[in-house]
This record gives sequence, structure tokens and C-alpha cells, in this order.
Amino acid sequence: MIRNCRGSAPPRFIGRALAALGALPAAALAAPAWNFQTPVTPIAREQFDLHLYIFWICVVIFIGVFGVLFYSLLKHRKSVGHQAAQFHENTTVEVVWTVIPFLILVFMAYPASKTILALKDTSAPDMTIKVTGYQWKWNYDYIEDGFGFYSTLATPFDQIENRAPKDENYLLEVDHPLVVPVDTKVRVLITAGDVIHSWWVPAFGVKQDAIPGFVRDTWFKADKVGTYRGQCAELCGKDHGFMPVVVEVKSKDDYAKWSAEQKKALAAAADDPHKLWDQGALVARGEKVFNANCAACHQASGTGNAAAKIPALVGDAVVLGPAKAQIDIVLNGRNGMPSWKHLPDTDIAAAITYTRNSWGNKAGEGLVQPAAVEAERK
Amino acid sequence: MSSVTHDDVLGHGHDAHHHHPTGLMRWVTTTNHKDIGTMYLWFSFIMFLVGGTMAMTIRSELFEPGLQIVQPEFFNSLTTLHGLIMIFGAIMPAAVGFANWQIPMMIGAPDMAFARMNNWSFWLLPPAAVLLIGSLFVPGGGAAGGWTMYPPLSVQLGMGMDMTIFAVHIMGASSIMGSINIITTILNMRAPGMTLMKMPLFCWSWLITAYLLIAVMPVLAGAVTMLLTDRHFGTSFFNAAGGGDPVLFQHVFWFFGHPEVYILILPAFGIISEIIPAFARKPLFGYASMVYALAAIAILSFLVWAHHMFTVGMPTAGLLFFMYATMLIAVPTGVKVFNWVATMWRGSMTFEAPMLFALGFLFLFTIGGFTGLVLAITPVDIQLQDTYYVVAHFHYVMVAGSLFAFFGGTYYWIPKWTGTMYDEKLAKLHFWSSLIAFNVAFFPMHFLGLAGMPRRIPDYSQQFTDWNMVSTVGAFWFGLSQFIFLYVVLKCIAHKGEKAPGKPWEGATTLEWTLPSPAPYHTFETPPVVK
Repeated sequence: MIRNCRGSAPPRFIGRALAALGALPAAALAAPAWNFQTPVTPIAREQFDLHLYIFWICVVIFIGVFGVLFYSLLKHRKSVGHQAAQFHENTTVEVVWTVIPFLILVFMAYPASKTILALKDTSAPDMTIKVTGYQWKWNYDYIEDGFGFYSTLATPFDQIENRAPKDENYLLEVDHPLVVPVDTKVRVLITAGDVIHSWWVPAFGVKQDAIPGFVRDTWFKADKVGTYRGQCAELCGKDHGFMPVVVEVKSKDDYAKWSAEQKKALAAAADDPHKLWDQGALVARGEKVFNANCAACHQASGTGNAAAKIPALVGDAVVLGPAKAQIDIVLNGRNGMPSWKHLPDTDIAAAITYTRNSWGNKAGEGLVQPAAVEAERK
Repeated sequence: MSSVTHDDVLGHGHDAHHHHPTGLMRWVTTTNHKDIGTMYLWFSFIMFLVGGTMAMTIRSELFEPGLQIVQPEFFNSLTTLHGLIMIFGAIMPAAVGFANWQIPMMIGAPDMAFARMNNWSFWLLPPAAVLLIGSLFVPGGGAAGGWTMYPPLSVQLGMGMDMTIFAVHIMGASSIMGSINIITTILNMRAPGMTLMKMPLFCWSWLITAYLLIAVMPVLAGAVTMLLTDRHFGTSFFNAAGGGDPVLFQHVFWFFGHPEVYILILPAFGIISEIIPAFARKPLFGYASMVYALAAIAILSFLVWAHHMFTVGMPTAGLLFFMYATMLIAVPTGVKVFNWVATMWRGSMTFEAPMLFALGFLFLFTIGGFTGLVLAITPVDIQLQDTYYVVAHFHYVMVAGSLFAFFGGTYYWIPKWTGTMYDEKLAKLHFWSSLIAFNVAFFPMHFLGLAGMPRRIPDYSQQFTDWNMVSTVGAFWFGLSQFIFLYVVLKCIAHKGEKAPGKPWEGATTLEWTLPSPAPYHTFETPPVVK
């Protein structure tokens, strides 16, 4: 994703800064965001209350200690003629202000411990979803139902680059949100395919790092129908700020309908790997597959990125050479390139066919059928 | 530069016999603790400006939603290098600068124990800084994985990451040498009669800090070395596919990282413990408990590292243990705050710039302490981890904590260093401007974090706009305020101001105030006797 800095930005920025300075009090008053988002799960509610409980204890202590200090600052100053006392020790006082904070901590730790035990209890879920973080999208797999999909940012670049007005859910909207039923204990298995990400839905009180090579779990039970938005919470590279998490909580009936549609679509979309395609149809499909999966690194123009050591596909020896070698690389990865074997045979065949017939490439083996990919898998 | 040259001290005939080089070579070859302290402090200030420039760029980009000023990858490099430069380039060297200047004068020693090593530990820093800043200009850009350098992301990055790793190695070596020097000086070179429990609290704070540094710098070196071999030599310490674990890095890093936090703040505690009694004209309350609290904080710092990682998916027992241990730190920290307040209670206070900064420190550091307590509560931390709340928290303790203490310390001791009183009016302006701007910049970040804005993002959704605008305005105000400080310091160095007496502060009691101002190039060649 290449985003160009516009030449006119700095002067406009300074103008806005001056405007903001004038509008400071107004901005502060109009600001809607002060506290945690409205919780919709039992755990998030406990976190919300726990935070306020700790906060108010801190406020009381703060006012107490600094009340004493400010009294002292007013009365015990040289300019009002106060003479300095010379005491510098008092064992009783020192023991008291060691023990009392300790006791206050016990009163904080008790409810916090109860919540920890509750939030770690992932037992007896009603359904299980596997979440996989990738640079820079999420994948959701409905383990019991066998379907799954990627969820990527839906905000157009024009809005990010300030060429179009930003809509209400700017940067917090995706093409396919995670859909779950209300009042259902959902266990979430979390992992990652490349670097560490963190799956976070504030309204659910769930934040769990996605660690490549390990599966962690957490859970939530949303009790209100609606759409809830969060973001990746662990720095994961260039587009860390652009991989939101959106969860749609549906009523149980609506969820059942949605789930049935997904299963039907899954059956319909399954390609027969032995179907023989003509080159034009495969190239057309391959362009979509390539742009969704490969263009992030190799670029839509196939020119790669020399600085990041990503080879160009234009005129590349492997792309122009025997298909077997290219299929092998796509299936198993090479150097920095990950394995793509989770894609269906037809998609892989389409993408390969596309690279062999685009940007001026004219490979000898121009048409790669899905069966060839299937044969290489074994 | 604080111009404490031998020319200033004509009254001290012995100095005339020393023929040290002049000009640049004086600074390159010097083994004098005052020269080296000066260099540390200037190095630190320059790095503060460099890191500050990065912060301003970050805040500019975050002024409003959308991408305006920088690209996301460069933005990530900026947050990474801002953190590394401020921690390793600004705060730590500033603390060592204070140690170099003050520890020998406060314990009645003629110089640091290992004078040549002292020179070497300073001169390692500029190459490290060149590596760090230079990494921005190499192909692939600077390190962009955050100052915490978590793999596998940091394994993906280009050679800027390698330069950062080497810079960390070099700075670590510098810190370890500095620490050995400080420990040896304090343990062996105190004036006759100065027992450890009569030593100024600033020296105590550094003695404990130095032990922390020696304990954890090799741990960081180990972590980044493993990162280096994972990157280039085919090892898999942090790669699950090869039998490693990405989370291992986090455990090792934070075993260094949490004591590191106290390395950054303990010397500040020491400075505050010198300033408050001096301006309250009353001895420090609870000296012994202050020392024990420092030691307790240092020991606890080794037991709490995983509170930086509550969201990695730890076992329940781990969450509980690290929550309890972290909460315990509030006890010794509370003792320190109570002792400072009790020191002022029924004193006879005046409010010159050092005292103002000490009070600003006390007020804001306590807020940072409270947000630390909120973050210690695991279930709450799960919401706040990696949000702007955390950014607000650590800037309250690092900027309003360490940095404010260093400003206070500079105003407190600059009459001794330069022989000239600083401009009180401008210094007070610097204080009030910094205090207000700091809060405008960082207080709204608490709200942003609570409302759900992740840290380390170059663009954000629109409900976060208002507070980000306020924060950016505050940040620029804070940044510009620091030029007042620079001006005040330069004025002192140019001797534009009242001539400072040997002891400008009525309530000051430590040994450096028995010396003339400016302090002669060589001091306490005959140790004073402490009763």
C-alpha cells in the first residue's frame, strides 16, 4: 500500500493547529470519550467496575495526601514567617503508613483476583472460533461448522489519504465481520501466521495476543445484539493501525440463518479440482486471487519491492520457467515468502496462470490447471 | 559547556601545574569527573532534542485522523527511536552526568575511582547515538518494531535493526562501566567519618541504581544477541517453527526492562531527596526508611516483569503472582512520597525553581504511580495494555518524574557548576510552562486509552480526534518550553547573572556546598572529615 504525502499538508496543518488552540475548551467539552466503552459481557462489566473502584480509592488517597501537602505549602513557608521544626523521624508514623497502604492493597487485590479466575475460565463453551492474525488482516474459522473467512479493512484509501470525507466508522470497518450469536459462550482460540498480533474487542473485555506457533484461548459471552469494534493491539508492522476487529452479535435466530447461508455458500463455492479451465477464465480469476493475497508484497504491477528483498515477478525466471517449480514455491514458501497451501487448488492455479500471462510475461507453460497443483501437494 | 576551567580557579595554585590539553582535545582526553559530567549532561540534552523532534513529528501526524505528514513504516521507526533515544540517550546519560559531577563532591572524594574508564564510558555513547540515528537513513529504514523490539517483527526488519542492536550493546557496555565506577567510588572513596548511613541520599540512590544496571544490562545484551543470531545465523530462540518461543524474548526483555524503569527513576528520587530538605530547611524525614524503600523497590523490580505481558496468555497463577508483586511496589513508593511530604511539614519553605520542580515531580509522579497501580490490576490491564493509557502512565513517571527531577537538579547545582546564579524568573517560567504544557499533552492520553485507542498507530478513528488535537498542542508547547531551559543554562555558562556564593541555598547541608563556586577543577584532594 503506497500512500503519498501531499505537498500542501504542512501549511494546512499549521492552520488547523492554530484553530485547535482557539477551540481547546470547546474540544475538551465536546469530547465523547472519557472512559471504557459500554461493556456487553460479564467480564467487561467487572473490569469496568473494578477500574472505577480502584480509581476512586486512588482519588481519595491523592486528595488526602496532597491536601496535607497543600496545607503545608500554604502555612509552613518562610514568607509567612514559619520556623522550621527539626524532627526527622517517628517510628510509629512510619509503621502506620507502611501498614495502611498494604491493607488498602488487600482490598484491591481481592475483587481483582476473583475477576482473574473468571476470565481465565474457558471451560464448557457453546461454540469455538479460531482467530488467526496475519499482516494485516484477521482470519476467522468456525471450527464446528467448517467455514471461515478473512476480515480486512474496508475503509477506502481515499479516506485515509484525505481525498474523501471520512465516514462514521473510519478505520473500524471490515469487509467480513466476525458473526456470533448473543448469550452464547464463545471460546476463542488465537494464533498468528507471521508476527505477534493482539485481538482486542473493548466492549467484550477481551484482549489476547496472537502468537505465531502457539494457540492461546480466551472467551466472551455477549449479552446484547449489536456491532462491536476493536483493533489490533500489538505492533505488527506497517499496517498495524489498519487491521480492525469487528464483531457482529446477532440474535440466535438470525445467527442460525446466517450460519446456514455460509454453509450453503461454502458448498457452492467448492471447485472441482479436476475441472479443466480455459486460460482466459483462469487469468480473470487469478487476478482477483493475486490482488487479494500476493499484491501486498509483489505489488499489483508485479514489480516486487527491491528494498524489502521482494523479487519482481515481471520477467522472473521461475514464473517464465516450468510450472512445477513455481507451484512448489507457492505451496511451500521460500525465504521470506510464506506458504500459501491453505488456498484452494483452483485459486493457486489461477494466481500462477495470471502471473504467467500478465505485465508482459509470456511463459511457455502459460496455463496451469488445478489438477497440477493437487498433484504437487501430496 | 559549564566552563569550569582551571582559569577560573586562580586562587588554587596547584591547578597551575597541570598541563592538560586545551580546546577539543581537552574534552576527548579528559579524566576529570566534572568535565565528564558536563559532557554527559550535554550529550543527554542533545539527545533530548533529537528524541523530542521525533515526538513532535509523531504528534503532528496524530493531530487529526488520516495520514498527513509521514508514512506508517516511518512512523513506526519514529516511535521506536523516540523511545530508545529518550531512555538510553537522554535520561540515563543525564543521570550519569549528575552522578559524575555530584557523587565525588558529595562524598568528599577527589574524583571517580577509575578516571580513564570514566572517559571511555562516556565516549562510547556518541558512536552508539550515530548508529541509532543513522539507522533511519539506511535501506529498509530504522528499527520499526517498537523500543521493545519484539520478535518475530524485529526479525523481519532491515539492517536498521542490526544497527540498533549494536547501539544497545555499546550503550550497555557504557552503562556497566559507569556503574562499576560509581559503586567503587562510593564504597571506597568516602571521606573519613562518612558512614554509608550518613551518605547523602542521592549517592544512595545511585549506589542501588548501579547495582541494578550491572544486574540487568547483560540480560538485555543477551536478549538482543539472541535476536541478532535469529536474524542472521539461523538460530531459533524466538521462532516456534524451529522449536523456540516468541514470548521467551518478552520474558527476558522485561526481566531487564522492569529494573530499567527503576534505573531511570531512582536517581531522580535521589535528587528530589536532596532538594526538598534544602528548601524546607529541615532534615529529610525518615532517612533510614528512605534507604530501605529504595532497596525494597530495587529488589521488587526483579519480581514483577511479567506485568508488561498480561495479555500474552499466562497461566492463572502467573497472573495472580505478578499482580500481587506489582501492587506491593506501591508500599515502598508510598513510603517515599509520605516521607517527602513529612519533610516539608512544619518546615520553612521557599519556592525557588529547584523546589518548584521537586513539587511538580511529587505531584505528577504520584499521578503516574496511581495509574501504575491501576495497570497492576490484571483484569483492568487487559483493557489498557498497549493503549494510550500506558503511554500516559510512563510519560508521567519518566517526563514529569525523571526529567522534572533533572531540571530541578540542574537549577539546584548549576550555581556550583558555573559559579553563576541562574535567572530565577526565567527558570520559574520554564517550570510553569512545562508543568501546564505537560498536562495538556499527556493527561488527555488517559482518556484516549480508556476509550480504546491503541498505542503505536499512525492514524485513528474519529472519536479520538478531540483529545489528540489537545495533546498535540500541549506537546508542541512543552517542546518549545525547553528552549527557555537551554537559554537559562547558557546564560549561567556565559556568567551572565549574579555571582554564586559557595552555598547559595540556606538549607543545603551536603559537602559540595563547602566548596567555592564554581567548584575548582580539582576538589577534595585532601578529604574533609565528616563528624
